[in-house]
Amino acid sequence: MIYISAVIIPLIIAIIIFCGLVENKKVYDLFCEGAKEGIEMTLKMFPTLIGIFLAIGMLRNSGLLDFFAKFIGNIIKNFNVPSEIIPLALIKPISGSASMALATDIISKFGTETRIGMIAATIMAASETTFYVIAVYMNSIKAKKSRNVIIPAIIADLVSIITAICIIK
Amino acid sequence: MDIYIKKEVIILNYLWPILILLSFLFSILNGNIQNLNNSIFSSVSDVVTLSLTLVGNMCLWCGLMKIIKETKIMNLLIKILNPILKWLYPDSKNNKKAMEAISINTVSNFLGIGNAATPAGLKAMEELQKENRKKDELSNSMIMLIVLNTTSIQLIPTTVIAIRVALGSPNPSNIIIPIWISTIAGTLTGVIVTKILLRRKKV
Repeated sequence: MIYISAVIIPLIIAIIIFCGLVENKKVYDLFCEGAKEGIEMTLKMFPTLIGIFLAIGMLRNSGLLDFFAKFIGNIIKNFNVPSEIIPLALIKPISGSASMALATDIISKFGTETRIGMIAATIMAASETTFYVIAVYMNSIKAKKSRNVIIPAIIADLVSIITAICIIK
Repeated sequence: MDIYIKKEVIILNYLWPILILLSFLFSILNGNIQNLNNSIFSSVSDVVTLSLTLVGNMCLWCGLMKIIKETKIMNLLIKILNPILKWLYPDSKNNKKAMEAISINTVSNFLGIGNAATPAGLKAMEELQKENRKKDELSNSMIMLIVLNTTSIQLIPTTVIAIRVALGSPNPSNIIIPIWISTIAGTLTGVIVTKILLRRKKV
């Protein structure tokens, strides 16, 4: 398992570069050209991240987040679900940057290799910001009737969160 | 990516002040104001540390994605996906332009090229709208497209790996397999539920 995880990324990089070479592309030039976009993307995200990290940090340090987690924890304590995960699961479909801040907060508090840290990382990566995707796609063609597109989207989110909680021990 | 950020800002205009004011009130009631004060400065420096690690990873993957875009890897993946896409979008399988946009969208999502996925997805919506009989209602294919974009299978979860690197994980890519399992479970469920919902509507 650990070997497979370790081999995936080097393998993908090797395949991409090999394919580039086979087609006689200047892979290094292409790589550098693309890498420039990475700086722009991070720069664009930076102000949003400052705002969101500020709000999530205040939420955590005022004790409000723990209060909320404990409240929910009492309801779900029989299901082996760590209550710290719940705020993340709730905010994930609504805001990408807020869930990123919250996940980082959780992972740094509990540790990268702990159960809670691993679950938080998995929840963050396993799905997109559901409500935004729906809003953006529906707005693009100005459709008004969604025919309950939200139902399969939310069920899918739930299943991936539950799967994450079940497989990470 | 830009479109996402703009949409988010609209809701955050309400959510952000609520979070901050509630935290302020709660910390006063709770006697936690010293903690709150410290958190303001530490969150700002946290973002700087995180962004520095993030920028390296973003550059790495944007660079590799550029190579993918310039080679025939995309076309190959699109060909492999073709039979699956025909099954997912039975109503539109003869709509060439729409299917082309849908396959670019799917492959970009799969490879984590967000800035290629969204334009292709919106292009697909536009093409699907042309064949849509009820213009103010989502068609079957549109619903499948939206659901697949919300669940989104991603081969390399770059952001999460970058965050784990930033927080000092000894083996940052360890997270890949749990993520694959849970994202595949979610996506399969999304597809099955969508298929069932759409079948019911037809009868």
